[in-house]
Amino acid sequence: MTSAQDLPAPLLVLDSICKTYPGVVALRDVTITVMPGEVLALIGENGAGKSTLMKILGGVIAPSSGRIIIDGLAHDRLSVAQSQGAGIAFVHQELNVFDNLDVAANIFLGRELRSGPFGLVDVRAMRAAAQPLLDRVGARFGPATSVAELSLAERQLLEIAKALSLDARVVIMDEPSSSLTLKETQVLMKVIADLKAQGIAVIYISHRLGEVEHCADRVVVLRDGQVAGGLTRAEISHDAMIRLMIGRDLKALYTPPARPLGPVILELEGVRNSTNPNAAASLSVRAGEIVGVAGLVGAGRTELAEAVFGITRLRGGSVKLDGAPLDISSPRSTIAAGVYLVPEDRKRTGLVLESAICENISMADLGSVSSRGLVSEARLHARAEAQRTRLGIKTADVDRKAAELSGGNQQKVVLGKWLSMRPRMIIFDEPTRGIDVGAKAEIYRLMRELADAGVGVMMISSDMEEVIGVSDRIVVLREGEVAGALDRADFSEHNVLKLAVGAH
Amino acid sequence: MQKKDLGLAVLIIVVGFVVYLRNPLFLSPINLANTANLIGLFGLFAIGQGFVIMTGGIDLSVGSMIALLGVLFVELIGKYGVPWPLAMLIVIAAGTVMGLAHGLLITKLKMQPFVVTLCGLLIYRGVARGYTGEATAGFPFGATFPEVEWLTIGRSFGVPHSFIAMLLVGVICWVILHRSVFGRHLYAVGKNEDAARYSGIRTDAVVIAAYVICAVLTSIAAIYFAMFTRSVQPSSHGNFYELYAIAAAVLGGFSLRGGEGSIVGVMLGALLLQELQNLVNLLGIPSSLNFAVMGAVILAGVLADQQFTRYRERQRARAMELRGQDGRSAAG
Repeated sequence: MTSAQDLPAPLLVLDSICKTYPGVVALRDVTITVMPGEVLALIGENGAGKSTLMKILGGVIAPSSGRIIIDGLAHDRLSVAQSQGAGIAFVHQELNVFDNLDVAANIFLGRELRSGPFGLVDVRAMRAAAQPLLDRVGARFGPATSVAELSLAERQLLEIAKALSLDARVVIMDEPSSSLTLKETQVLMKVIADLKAQGIAVIYISHRLGEVEHCADRVVVLRDGQVAGGLTRAEISHDAMIRLMIGRDLKALYTPPARPLGPVILELEGVRNSTNPNAAASLSVRAGEIVGVAGLVGAGRTELAEAVFGITRLRGGSVKLDGAPLDISSPRSTIAAGVYLVPEDRKRTGLVLESAICENISMADLGSVSSRGLVSEARLHARAEAQRTRLGIKTADVDRKAAELSGGNQQKVVLGKWLSMRPRMIIFDEPTRGIDVGAKAEIYRLMRELADAGVGVMMISSDMEEVIGVSDRIVVLREGEVAGALDRADFSEHNVLKLAVGAH
Repeated sequence: MQKKDLGLAVLIIVVGFVVYLRNPLFLSPINLANTANLIGLFGLFAIGQGFVIMTGGIDLSVGSMIALLGVLFVELIGKYGVPWPLAMLIVIAAGTVMGLAHGLLITKLKMQPFVVTLCGLLIYRGVARGYTGEATAGFPFGATFPEVEWLTIGRSFGVPHSFIAMLLVGVICWVILHRSVFGRHLYAVGKNEDAARYSGIRTDAVVIAAYVICAVLTSIAAIYFAMFTRSVQPSSHGNFYELYAIAAAVLGGFSLRGGEGSIVGVMLGALLLQELQNLVNLLGIPSSLNFAVMGAVILAGVLADQQFTRYRERQRARAMELRGQDGRSAAG
């Protein structure tokens, strides 16, 4: 810690921050110091607590305990106004810009410059004031441009310009590069260097360790809601960061298939979806193997899974289950054939959060817990109890709302829904996103059990350690096409990335 | 019976008791029977509205449907001499078609329920007025229809048959909503349509069915209303009835966002609304204040319910937090 007198005073200290939600501890005793003009990278796996911490800093949520010290002044919690007033600005993961306004109007949203006797919005003054801000971030678009015409990268620059207009002293960037091209990312790196030169601190949250290595002065690693460790500029290296992030060797988790591989269960041939209509993907899943599907954001992995599951329409190609054409006209028909999807966004598409756990478990198969169209409460509960025991769903009562469960237990409810039916093929889309380590291991074990039992298992994941640690074979997608497949012997982060990024 | 419904029932009893103290006529058989008749009439289509609100939708066309279908029924049996069972079937079939149209426009063409049924409100009212040329549709002088009259405005042991009809419909709808597979699907669609679709539920079919159920119950109510008033004034018959239905559902614990509510609740809601009407009449409050009383009670009721829910949630969150800490200290 910075206790010596000769060091400059920290701009911001998060002191022993804890945050508990019903059933989960999101943050435990997190202490982080931010100095003026430094780039602090905050890294950690999904669900490590980064977003929660930043929400506390933004004044969106209050910590359960701990203090936030700004310029030596301690607060128990911040309001959004306090956070803004202290010069804390966000560049959000989901960009907070308004398509229907121009650049200047976005920058001054809620603080419009006014003039005249009626206090009408002074468009000219706002545009004039916006120009220097845009210059500072090196934007190539003018203040009168409509935001609808800007690319994602340009919108990000706009957000940074907006932060500057708020006299930001700390700019928090949450996964700023996740949807940027390589070139756009380089521009971003330059903007960060410029901000730093202007004495502005940057908290950089990213999964892309290469960028972190490139731009960070210091790295703080969060794991399971706690600070797993910090690295100084000299200590920053890929391996050091990964070691702190995962805290264990995930490859050791790998369990090989119990039996030799069986016949092909699911076969996709020349499958095209609406996101990448010109690209065709072919891949197959055999009985007994776990096929990992890797790729960058926008590679079309989720789109592929949803098309196979009948959510969206295929633009072409064929899908076969056990050698026979699969009816993918609706989720209803694929579910009837035994092809299930554990979707990416369990809160939106995986569960009805406001319904009871037992309702969720039988949701896709109410027919089998009812007779003559009437649901039997007893059978509904028996079925839920069976899955609760089998999967170790931690809840006092299956009549509780799914919303009350922790992420891992919610995912188990989604799994319970499918496992209580007759699975032939299960597609897992980001199955462990936002889930604690313990539950992760259980889900991996379950996937292996399913594969060993002859169920087809396909796992889409952006978590490199997970793809490498769990899969028997990795198929890498790039812009809707299969860029290549790797067998276990060739597994490495490097090889996967090479295929995912392609020859750029 | 859910907790919410119980609270509403208590409120109804308390209001009733106060009215009785001020004016003992409240509990006279004739007042009770008249009020029960109105509860039955309004309850019939309020239950239907409940199904639509359960999906997160709304049906604003109810009042106009009651006018148009009322005109149709009166004309069919009064003017054209159609046998009454056939006339009822025709009216219910016409209602079904309207509900089907609403549902299809909303699900297949992705139109907003508010817009679709607002247009229904205008169209059905306009057609009713145009068809009759603004004239009141009524039965020929001296005409009687004993069977229909017994079914609709008759009484058994002093209980109006409209009230009994509502109870019967209520029981059937209770089984459908709270016990059937369809009911579970309806709740799921109302709470999270995406997740329901990802579970293989035919969400479009569920939504369409809700609008059809609403329209069918409304057409039954239309027949009861036509027989009750015996003549249908096409420009005023059924005006604002959709608002009574929505109010009953909201009072009964339905959320306009969908996925919440119960049949007992909406029936009690319809009951409370009629009790308030009755209160206005019996306590000598100018009947022009009718809507104001209703509005104030709904506002207060929903507000109280929301505050209570929030309080309960806070309690639960605190309890869970305490439990979490215990767990940790025990482990550590």
